Amino acid sequence: MAKKKTTKKSTKGVSPSATAKAPHGPKPVYDKVRLAETDVGTTVFRTDPLIVKDHYEIDYIHSYAEDSPFFRGLAEGKLRGSQCTGCGYRFATPRAYCMECGRPTQWIDLPLEGRVHAWTTCYFGSEVFLKECPFNLALIEFDGVNTLFLTRLIGATQDEIYVGMPVKAKFRRLAQFKPTDVYFVPAQKA
Amino acid sequence: MRPVYMISGGITKFSKAEPRKSFRVMAKEAFDYAVRDCPKITLERIDGTVVSYFSDHFTRQLKAGVMAVDMCGLVPKPTVRIEGGGATGGLCFQEAWRTIASGWMDCVVALGFETMSHVNTWKGNEFIALASDTNFDYPVGGFYSGYYAMMVVRHMHEFGTTVEQLAKVSVKNHKNALHNPWAQHHYDITVEDVRRSPMVAYPLTVLDICTMSDGAACAILASEAVAEKLCDNPVRVLGVGMGSDAMRMADRPHADVILLKHEDAKWYKDLKYPGVHSFRAGRTACKMAYERAKIDDPREDLDFVELHDAYTSSEIQTYEDMGLCKYGDGGKFIEQGHPELTGFIPVNPSGGLIACGHPVGATGLMQAVFAFWQCQGAIGKHCGGDDFIQLKQKRGKGRRHLRGAIHSHAGTGTYVTVSILEGTA
Repeated sequence: MAKKKTTKKSTKGVSPSATAKAPHGPKPVYDKVRLAETDVGTTVFRTDPLIVKDHYEIDYIHSYAEDSPFFRGLAEGKLRGSQCTGCGYRFATPRAYCMECGRPTQWIDLPLEGRVHAWTTCYFGSEVFLKECPFNLALIEFDGVNTLFLTRLIGATQDEIYVGMPVKAKFRRLAQFKPTDVYFVPAQKA
Repeated sequence: MRPVYMISGGITKFSKAEPRKSFRVMAKEAFDYAVRDCPKITLERIDGTVVSYFSDHFTRQLKAGVMAVDMCGLVPKPTVRIEGGGATGGLCFQEAWRTIASGWMDCVVALGFETMSHVNTWKGNEFIALASDTNFDYPVGGFYSGYYAMMVVRHMHEFGTTVEQLAKVSVKNHKNALHNPWAQHHYDITVEDVRRSPMVAYPLTVLDICTMSDGAACAILASEAVAEKLCDNPVRVLGVGMGSDAMRMADRPHADVILLKHEDAKWYKDLKYPGVHSFRAGRTACKMAYERAKIDDPREDLDFVELHDAYTSSEIQTYEDMGLCKYGDGGKFIEQGHPELTGFIPVNPSGGLIACGHPVGATGLMQAVFAFWQCQGAIGKHCGGDDFIQLKQKRGKGRRHLRGAIHSHAGTGTYVTVSILEGTA
C-alpha cells in the first residue's frame, strides 16, 4: 500500500518518464552557438594525477650556412676542414673563424686516413638512434691537423676497437647531407 | 665587490618522476623550506630573483621562470632566467651572488627546477644532446653518455685509469647517500654491482650515470648587513669562478696545462691538454675561485667538495681539474680513499648527482644547499637527526670554520662554475 502511494506521488512530479508520457511536453531546445563535437580523443596514461599524451612536432628550414661546403663535399667524397689564415691552426671539423686567434679560416681537404683518438660503443641513446644500437662513436685524429673529427666507426666491435687504430673514411653513395654521409672503417677492412 | 652570504636553502626530494606536482609547486616548496629554516626572511625583505631551468624542450613552457616566481609571491620584483646546460644551477647561484656583490640588491632568491619525466628517457637523451653541436655532433649519434664515454676512454688510455676505479666513485657516493634522506637512490653496492649493471656506453654502466629527475632547489643570498639581521648562522661565499670551452669536444686543443698555484709545470711536460680527457673550463673556474678566495692549495684549504658527478668518470676527471690530485692521478685518488668521508678531502658527502639525481636547473643549487647545511653544521637538523655525513673542519692554517667548494658543470665541460663557501658561526 505504502509503495503504491509513493509511485502515485512521483508521477505528479517532474520525473523524465512522466513528462515523456505527457501529451503536451516541452519542445526540444537547439543551441544556436555550440562547438561541434569530434571523435578526437586523448591518450591517457593515468587519471590521478591526470597524465595525457601531448604531441609536438616541427620541421625546421635549416640552413648549413657557412658550413654548406662541408656537406656538399661529403657528397663528392671529400672531407673538408678549416685552416686559419692567420696562425695556420688546422681544424678537422669546419669552423668559419679560428678558435685560437679569431681570424677567418679557409677550406682545406683533410686526409682520408687517420687514427682512433677516443671511442665508445653505445648500447642506449637518443630516440632517433635507438634502432641503431649498439653503434660506435669515435673521435678521429689526422696527421698534420690540430683537432679531431667525430664520426661513426663501422666494421669493428667493442672488443676490436682500440685507441690508435688506423681507420679510413668512406662515404655514402647517396648523400643525405648529414655528417653521417662520411663514416670510418678499420683501415684493414677498407 | 662586497661580501655575500648564503642565509638559507631548500630542496625538494628529487625523483625520477614526480607527476603530482608541476615545476611551479616544486619551486614553491623548495622556497618555502628555505623560508621556514630562516623565518626572518619575509617576502618584503627579498629584492629579486634569479631563476634557472635548462631546457625549454623538457618544460614545454617558455618563460617558465616567471611562473615559478609568481607562485612564490615574488612578483613584481625583478627576475631573470639563467641557462647554461648542466651548469645552469651553478650559474644561477653565481648570478645571485653577482647581483648582491655588485651592490645592486641586498637579498636575492636563486630558484632552480627541471621536470625531466615529461618525456621518456630516450627522448630526454635527445633533448640533452641538442646541447651539443646540432650540425656536427648530434646527428652522428647525439648521446651525452656516449660523449663522456669517449672522454673517459681517452683518460684511461692517457693515464691508466680503470673501470674499477670509476665504479668506486659510484660505490662511495651511493654509500654516502645512505645517510642522506634527500637522496633518491639508497643503494649499498659493490664495484662488481656497478660493473654488472647494464652497459650504457662503454665503459659506463647504468650505475656510473646519474638519473634524469624532477625537482627544485632554492638558495637565498644576502649582503652582510641583511645577513646579520635575518640569519643566526650565515655562510660566507668566499669566492666564485667560472670557465668555458668549445662546444665541440673535437675542437679542444692539445696544448699546455693551465697551472694552479700549488702545481709545477714539470709535472705535465709530456701532457697534451686538455684534449678530450680533461675539462679546461673546470680548471679555469677553479683557478679563478681559488684566487678570489685566497686558496693557495685546495688540498689543505678545503674541507669538502660537492662536485658535478653526472658520470663517475667526470668525478675522477674533476678531482684533477680542481687540483685535489695531479692530472692523471684521479683513478688512484679514489682507489686510495682520499675522497671518502674519512679521507683527507671528502667529495660528494651528499651522494652527489649519482645518488640524488640531476634535475638540471636545480642541481647546482642542490649542491649549494647541501654545502650550506654542511658549513652551518646543520646536516643532522635537515637529515632527520642523522649527522653521519656532517663534516668537521680538519686543520687549516688559522681557519676556524668549515669550508667547502661547489662545482657545477655543463655537458662535456662547456660551462663550469666553482663557488667556495665557508661557515661563520
